[in-house]
Amino acid sequence: MSKKYDAGVKEYRDTYWTPDYVPLDTDLLACFKCTGQEGVPREEVAAAVAAESSTGTWSTVWSELLTDLEFYKGRCYRIEDVPGDKESFYAFIAYPLDLFEEGSITNVLTSLVGNVFGFKALRHLRLEDIRFPIAFIKTCGGPPSGIVVERDRLNKYGRPLLGCTIKPKLGLSGKNYGRVVYECLRGGLDLTKDDENINSQPFQRWRERFEFVAEAVKLAQQETGEVKGHYLNCTATTPEEMYERAEFAKELDMPIIMHDYITGGFTANTGLANWCRKNGMLLHIHRAMHAVIDRHPKHGIHFRVLAKCLRLSGGDQLHTGTVVGKLEGDRQTTLGYIDNLRESFVPEDRTRGNFFDQDWGSMPGVFAVASGGIHVWHMPALLAIFGDDSCLQFGGGTHGHPWGSAAGAAANRVALEACVKARNAGREIEKESRDILMEAAKHSPELAIALETWKEIKFEFDTVDKLDVQ
Amino acid sequence: MPFQSTVGDYQTVATLETFGFLPPMTQDEIYDQIAYIIAQGWSPVIEHVHPSGSMQTYWSYWKLPFFGEKDLNLVVSELEACHRAYPDHHVRMVGYDAYTQSQGTAFVVFEGR
Repeated sequence: MSKKYDAGVKEYRDTYWTPDYVPLDTDLLACFKCTGQEGVPREEVAAAVAAESSTGTWSTVWSELLTDLEFYKGRCYRIEDVPGDKESFYAFIAYPLDLFEEGSITNVLTSLVGNVFGFKALRHLRLEDIRFPIAFIKTCGGPPSGIVVERDRLNKYGRPLLGCTIKPKLGLSGKNYGRVVYECLRGGLDLTKDDENINSQPFQRWRERFEFVAEAVKLAQQETGEVKGHYLNCTATTPEEMYERAEFAKELDMPIIMHDYITGGFTANTGLANWCRKNGMLLHIHRAMHAVIDRHPKHGIHFRVLAKCLRLSGGDQLHTGTVVGKLEGDRQTTLGYIDNLRESFVPEDRTRGNFFDQDWGSMPGVFAVASGGIHVWHMPALLAIFGDDSCLQFGGGTHGHPWGSAAGAAANRVALEACVKARNAGREIEKESRDILMEAAKHSPELAIALETWKEIKFEFDTVDKLDVQ
Repeated sequence: MPFQSTVGDYQTVATLETFGFLPPMTQDEIYDQIAYIIAQGWSPVIEHVHPSGSMQTYWSYWKLPFFGEKDLNLVVSELEACHRAYPDHHVRMVGYDAYTQSQGTAFVVFEGR
């Protein structure tokens, strides 16, 4: 039935708070943690979030009567308490599928975390989780190769991949940089990585790096008889330059390139992922800037959302933190989002921070990358937490070895394989970690020295962003 | 007094992927790994190749994958039979996972010369 135009300002909740609504399978669902200004009722805050992130604006406008806004509007359908927190609450909002362009993560985020985050009626707002409907997922390209194909290309089975970032991260010439790559790979690492800061600086232009690294990778492969790779960082000033670098990596016959998906942007990332899929190239994803967005417990976007967005935009490996190393992240939360990177179905589980059932359909999985302040003593815990479909990266823990990077790499490889072998044989690797590593060190002087070097190093600080459970 | 460096010289070794950095496994240790493959619900597969072809994607199957085989002793006797028939070949044990269409694990049991 047609409506009459009634100019003025209505309360948001008259239109956007619909507690009787039953979400459709095709709806995109979001859970926000809202902290309103004092005195504003929860329903009004929640409805305002639904409105401002979908069809609404502050005033009634005549032109909305030209369409059927009931069909297009986002709706807040549920409000929940945040355990142990009186000032904030969760708002669950359903968005109709037609609000979003097919396959566009950029478009989803522009709506859901756009203007609404600056809205004055809110003190804080945090996007905790998104349930992407399978209908939307089917329009996304996803990982260019995924875990299974990546294992087949790299010939690595039954264990995590082992890598490290080249250090010092800035200041090496191309030739010196290639030397460090060669040392790591000949020592037993599978993959090495450009630091995210390495793009194409005056001390080392990208083409220099690519050529010397390619020589190092090929030589190490020849000498060890194993498949090797290096993530060549293609993050660049413009998309055109990014593609030029990717093309050159392909010309050099390299298996994997790299992109920084938040600083580079989702549009660039999705484009590069599509290029990788077309060109048989693996894609490693770094996440610089994520902590600016995801670390505050009441404002921003939780990393589980950024991780889901990356799986849809495209990447074969994504950094996830380490739980045990120098960077933020608690164990249950991390397990919650690495499930969302790797599994085909992830059930709602608040103890892991997952607010919705998430069906990924046939979308390939993404390797979880653990990197940052980890060393051989962490190996048993890392294997227990991350499992085989992960990539463990020891930067300082490789180059900091008293004999150099090759010996450091060998120490890590021995430790990793000893832990995998012990796990498979039914041992409790976290409890027996010391025995397992000390036994392995009997056959490896490189490991014995590494164990001695890092025996006192721990990073035990409280997590800033904890799960909301009591 | 001659200078004594504490730095060791790391020599590159040619290895055959998973478990390549561990000393050769004892028979009991190999049994444990095969038991793990069976316990995961994976199918045991035995593959072999002449060392000159170790970097090929495809190694030769020994017979066919032992789909659904749960008998540890049978798998071990097949491994030994393969080694007897091709004493100069690498022989590897694969745990094949039909659900993911991937190898749950793979490691070399006998190294050829």
